[in-house]
Amino acid sequence: MRIFLKVWRQATPRDRGGFVDYTAENISPDMSFLEMLDVVNESLIVKGQDPIAFDSDCREGICGTCGFLVGGVPHGPDPGTSVCQLHMRRFKDDDRLVLEPWRARAFPVLKDLVVDRSAFDRIIQAGGYTSVNVGGAQDANLILVAKTASDKAMDSAACIGCGACVAACKNASAALFTSAKVAHLAFLPQGQPERATRVVAMVERHDAEGFGSCSNEGECEAVCPKEIPITNIAHMNREYLRAMLVTRD
Amino acid sequence: MQLDSKTPGGPLAEKWDRHRFESKLVNPANRRKYTIIIVGTGLAGASAASSLGELGYNVLSFCIQDSPRRAHSIAAQGGINAAKNYQNDGDSIQRLFYDTVKGGDYRSREANVYRLAHLSVNIIDHCVAQGVPFAREYGGLLDNRSFGGAQVSRTFYARGQTGQQLLLGAYQSMMRQVEKGSVKSFSNREMLDVVLIDGQARGIVVRNLNTGAIERYAGHAVLLCTGGYGTAYYLSTNAVNSNVTAAWRAHRRGAFFANPCYTQIHPTCIPVSGTEQSKLTLMSESLRNDGRVWVPRTSGDKRPPKQIPEAERDYYLERRYPSFGNLVPRDVASRNAKAVCDEGRGVGDSGLAVYLDFQDAIERLGDEVIRGRYGNLFDMYSKITDDDPYSVPMRIYPAIHYTMGGLWVDYNLMSTIPGLHVLGEANFADHGANRLGASALMQGLADGYFVIPYTLAHYLGSATLPAVTTDHDAFKASEAAVQERIDLLLSVKGSKTPRQLHRELGGLLWDEVGMARNEAGLRKTLERIPQLRDEFWQNVSVPGPKNNLNKNLEYAGRVADYLEFAEVLTLDALHRQESCGGHFREESQTPDGEALRDDANYSYVAAWEFQEVGKAPHLHKEPLTFEYVKPSQRSYK
Ligand SMILES: Cc1cc2nc3c(=O)[nH]c(=O)nc-3n(C[C@H](O)[C@H](O)[C@H](O)COP(=O)(O)OP(=O)(O)OC[C@H]3O[C@@H](n4cnc5c(N)ncnc54)[C@H](O)[C@@H]3O)c2cc1C
Ligand code: SF4
Ligand code: FES
Repeated sequence: MRIFLKVWRQATPRDRGGFVDYTAENISPDMSFLEMLDVVNESLIVKGQDPIAFDSDCREGICGTCGFLVGGVPHGPDPGTSVCQLHMRRFKDDDRLVLEPWRARAFPVLKDLVVDRSAFDRIIQAGGYTSVNVGGAQDANLILVAKTASDKAMDSAACIGCGACVAACKNASAALFTSAKVAHLAFLPQGQPERATRVVAMVERHDAEGFGSCSNEGECEAVCPKEIPITNIAHMNREYLRAMLVTRD
Repeated sequence: MQLDSKTPGGPLAEKWDRHRFESKLVNPANRRKYTIIIVGTGLAGASAASSLGELGYNVLSFCIQDSPRRAHSIAAQGGINAAKNYQNDGDSIQRLFYDTVKGGDYRSREANVYRLAHLSVNIIDHCVAQGVPFAREYGGLLDNRSFGGAQVSRTFYARGQTGQQLLLGAYQSMMRQVEKGSVKSFSNREMLDVVLIDGQARGIVVRNLNTGAIERYAGHAVLLCTGGYGTAYYLSTNAVNSNVTAAWRAHRRGAFFANPCYTQIHPTCIPVSGTEQSKLTLMSESLRNDGRVWVPRTSGDKRPPKQIPEAERDYYLERRYPSFGNLVPRDVASRNAKAVCDEGRGVGDSGLAVYLDFQDAIERLGDEVIRGRYGNLFDMYSKITDDDPYSVPMRIYPAIHYTMGGLWVDYNLMSTIPGLHVLGEANFADHGANRLGASALMQGLADGYFVIPYTLAHYLGSATLPAVTTDHDAFKASEAAVQERIDLLLSVKGSKTPRQLHRELGGLLWDEVGMARNEAGLRKTLERIPQLRDEFWQNVSVPGPKNNLNKNLEYAGRVADYLEFAEVLTLDALHRQESCGGHFREESQTPDGEALRDDANYSYVAAWEFQEVGKAPHLHKEPLTFEYVKPSQRSYK
């Protein structure tokens, strides 16, 4: 296969950046999208040119490191698939693809397709945990958790923190990411003691980091590689309202 | 130097309690005066950062990824063991201990393994309190499954994402300490040297991967939690940024490297396709609970699987190992897959694959049950291969997965460099020559949550640690050396990419130091590695800036370290003229082709001391004694 690429190149965070054309030749349909980019980069390195910067680690859809826009869509055209799991058989010979980094105020571009997502860490830091120290826990089976609650918690906890939801949102909101953690812990008995303070702290941090607010467009859900449903956001909003009432008394 | 494992005296079951009692403590008010550097944020590093942060130490945490949450541990699928005996099926601490020593083919320290089994139960309690969404039964109790050949159900799991959920639990606890100010998190930093002052580990030098700046950090102790070296083989199931660099740099500074030849090859991975593949994907071992492994009876049979009648299939694991069948340990399953492929009975285009067939299980239990158990794995498989495992058997083949070898540590997890502690996969300690499924997560968390808080306090309480700053000459010298090496990499301006050279090294190691090893092949490899290394330094191409984000430069540095490390890996495999666990020497096998140990000559830990690049390291031996488990020939027949 041959693929024509238009790739965003930006040397440093302060650079203006722009698109550069590349041709990926001899691509096998069994390659992953990132392996196709590896091939392009190998040809640049041999010529002594700076390869295209993109990030990845697990290359199996679980670490959340990879991610950029393929033809304007975060992680590319396959639903429920991170770009490292996207395969070239999905494309046709001579396809033209535009690759761009996540675009969001809270995610400044570092280089080419790599952005700074540390704002996500700071949202978790604000309250995405149960405050238990090592050592004091009771026997695990003393906490009963209904299977349905545990399954729902796991559905939300599956978020990989990739940032595609933000990139897809016209408001650059991180509501889906934030709500997935709020919901995970709200479903479980272990999350109850801090249920109110957690959601308030996380939502406030979300806003302070420069993410926009959610206007229910649903773009996030559509691109999420883990198919985290938008009902999490509604859940978070309910939790937030409840918290406002609880903390007011 | 005499290796002292510092194993406490007394009866096995009491050693850890006794050791904790005899260890020094650090007064709570003094803890914040101690700066602890933790490199790595996988299960080992993140759990250590959170537990030490909670105790009040001043913790500096480093990782390569752009967030601590992305460490390679995130990819673990199957589960974590604990001797809870919730299923009433005969499990106990003693049994987990016994299984682990036996599974490791009697090449681990009894006292360490017992401690691990003992702490396993506390791990589950803590993780549940954190809100890790483990699988549940309808009554609300925790569910368990049997994993990797264990005859009891002691594995706790969170769908096929156990590592992710455990790591997020540890990461979240660590971030809670970041918010409190006791932990400072430094992402996008690669450790390139350990700094020794008066022989003690007192700091690290890192490269800021976003800006290219070389940075120095000083502390009272350094904890390496930097994972395994599976990516030495180029293709492996490990994340692509996994590396030996941190461990290797420490080794060069005096930390002994133990048992590097103990590498684990996982039997159920998606086979290699094409030449540009960048990594291999694991299909969780849990699949062997319901899938049956087979190849055609006759070599060269290229019919599609459905057209091969039952009588012409060879369910070779069930045939050779009637009592364990498809659930034999990893090393046994992998070697058998290689053997049938060597006989020409492998399947798929390359002939390097065997079938893992779910037909019987689907007929017995129905599509839905199978989907519930393995849905996400089946999806992952079809995304990669474009095949549907519900209707066509999976094709699988062994791949490098885990490394039991690592930096030598004593019972306190301290290396041969005072103050340098090593946790998780990066150390060599608990799994002997072969790790059982679902035991790495257990070890990483035991080390970080429950062992290091005690043993580190003892070190801090007993060592003399004068104040140092990063202006010390040792820091300057280390930074200069790091900078010089980076400049050297950039200056070669050759015509081969680091990936090409890495692929070449990996291919060599896989062929000669992989599933089966022999003297001639190992000797040839020892000649070939220095040639490859020379070629690297004469012909590598590393374009792009040094004072900015440059992934290819990072990668080149890691490949350069692998080209040094590969020699001790091969040398260790050559010197150990017995087969044990993941190390199979063709010269040492039973008449029916099983691994043959040689306890009379090799019942020791091989710990290698660095000399200089290209010069053979010195071998030190830590004898292994077995007081509680009598070594026997492993048999899974
Ligand atoms: C696909 C897969 C599935 C697995 N499934 C299971 C399972 O089901 N059960 C089980 O028990 N085990 C499993 N394992 C094994 C287990 O996941 C690992 O052994 C374990 O997670 C290792 O944890 P760790 O904390 O030691 O290191 P890692 O998680 O590898 O973390 C290493 C850390 O060190 C950092 N680091 C590395 N080098 C440097 C450097 N030079 N400078 C700075 N930072 C550095 C990295 O950034 C990272 O944060 C699996 C492994 C794989 C590959
Ligand atoms: S919610 Fe989905 S898209 Fe957003 S960070 Fe999580 S996994 Fe990525
Ligand atoms: S590289 Fe890990 S999710 Fe894509």
